[in-house]
Amino acid sequence: MRTAAIQARGLVKWFGEGPARTMAIRDVSLEAYFGEMLYIVGPSGSGKTTLLSILSGILRPNAGSVLVKGQDIWRLSRDALADFRLNTVGFVFQDYHLFPRLTTAENAAIPLILKRRSWAESLDVARRCLEIVGLADRVELPPVKLSTGEQQRVAIARAIVGEPDLLILDEPTASLDGETGRRIVEFVRGHVLTEARCIVIVTHDSRIAEFADRTITMEDGRITGEVHGG
Amino acid sequence: MSPFLTLAYKLLVTDRAKFAALIVGLTFSVFLMVQMTSMFAGILQRASATVFNTGATLWVMDPAVTTVANSIPMPDYVLDAVRSMNGVRWAVPLFSGAALVKLQSGVYQPVTVIGLDDTTLFGRPRLIAGQIEDIFADDAFIVVRDPEYAKLDSPALGTTFEINDHRGVIVGIAKVPISGLFGIPTLYTTYRRAIEDIPRPRYTLSYILVEPKSAADVPAIVAGVEALGYRALTAKGFVDHITAFYIYQTSLGTNILMMTVISFLVGLSISGQTFYTFIIENLERFGALKAIGAKSRELVSIILFQSLLTSLTGYGLGVGLCALLVAVAKLRLPDYSSTITYLNLVIALVMVLVIAAVSGYVGVRKVIRVEPFDIFRA
Repeated sequence: MRTAAIQARGLVKWFGEGPARTMAIRDVSLEAYFGEMLYIVGPSGSGKTTLLSILSGILRPNAGSVLVKGQDIWRLSRDALADFRLNTVGFVFQDYHLFPRLTTAENAAIPLILKRRSWAESLDVARRCLEIVGLADRVELPPVKLSTGEQQRVAIARAIVGEPDLLILDEPTASLDGETGRRIVEFVRGHVLTEARCIVIVTHDSRIAEFADRTITMEDGRITGEVHGG
Repeated sequence: MSPFLTLAYKLLVTDRAKFAALIVGLTFSVFLMVQMTSMFAGILQRASATVFNTGATLWVMDPAVTTVANSIPMPDYVLDAVRSMNGVRWAVPLFSGAALVKLQSGVYQPVTVIGLDDTTLFGRPRLIAGQIEDIFADDAFIVVRDPEYAKLDSPALGTTFEINDHRGVIVGIAKVPISGLFGIPTLYTTYRRAIEDIPRPRYTLSYILVEPKSAADVPAIVAGVEALGYRALTAKGFVDHITAFYIYQTSLGTNILMMTVISFLVGLSISGQTFYTFIIENLERFGALKAIGAKSRELVSIILFQSLLTSLTGYGLGVGLCALLVAVAKLRLPDYSSTITYLNLVIALVMVLVIAAVSGYVGVRKVIRVEPFDIFRA
């Protein structure tokens, strides 16, 4: 029996007020499970990034609830929510957002530094994660000296360094060529996805569809379809 | 250092161009602030040189006196009246005036002449050549060996000159703690000879130097002198009076203040602008840190640490540079008046902390407002 990592119920989110109000998410409910790689796909403006932000504790919904491992994250205080993100969620941003002048290892170590682990210990763990993503020989280089594919892998190392239960990837292949994008997602599928981890990927790249366990399609703020596989 | 502050430090110093711009700007700003205020402090100290060098506890003077160099002679009865006051241990006259000296070379040189009480010689300088009792010899003068000494052709013991058509002879060479402000040499002689040799108005008593029996007697003496229509000030009060004159009644204080404020604004603008650019360039990354789980107050602490670190580094370098410049200038220009006081350092520190606070505030405002969701939306 699968264990739910995320249970979202009746999510509603709008931006603006009055006549300028724009509905971004309309009564969305979904589950994501441990050991599962869930894709959220849909055209631009369909609300998938907004949904991802709500599920990961970044954007507060106007209505509905999000339970992660049974805990309603939107009932947490602001500080507790930040701690939740730090301890439970790993993020891979579309533009990576690596600090260009820190070394690769220092970038990957940031979540541990935020957790107040010692500098040396954080770097040790980060180096091991960089080994996992195949960048053992790049740990002292700044991100600007790496290819975009390598930068993406640094971002993945940063996301998994804290051993999060949830991994959130926002358009992970958007800046990569087709082959590199495939290899990155294949790597995530093969090396990062575990039975104790749930991975949610927002994408509109059909070339990586084959790696999904389940795919949810969104349109106009609603879930319009769900298929197993890509 | 905590890993958090190490991260803040690395983020700052690895951006070498901006870090260098911040440090150079702040160093330059602090250097100018300390230089301006220490120059003013040096001028004020020299303006009160006679007060410091004489060492009297109380000074009695005409109420219209603004600086020690601009004495207004008082009638002799004031000295007798002061001596008869309760609480006065002793009181002696002091002459302070200007004269024109004709050197053996035929050159005329203005000098300051200090006439010491004939009986006590209170306020006499420390001699480095000659005997103090020789001051009672005919035409005797003691010359002060300070940066102005050379203007009298560096006289040796026995050198003669003319002062107001009277013969003068150097019988002693002295050192004083502080040189005068106006760049003219100083001669010491007895009170009696001073009023004989120097063209004099109706009254000759420049100041009365008073030693009270105890500190508790000072207020009564001050009141007694005021009842006579004159003013009595403690040495510190007199220095403050002179300082207030230069600050508020000459353009010197205003100009120095303006230069100090300009230096502050230069530092503020360079630091503020560079720091703002630094924050703007990293704003999305700060947003990413927020998304990852950094709290706003943690990001604020990063920024405040960075602004404080750059400001204090700039402060240290600026003070060091200024101290070096003052030391080198004093080696090359003995007349250079600049004194770095604790007050100068505190003023510069407060100003640089204001710069740190404003620069930090600019960054903090931006970082607090950035929403993690913006990172996804971008």
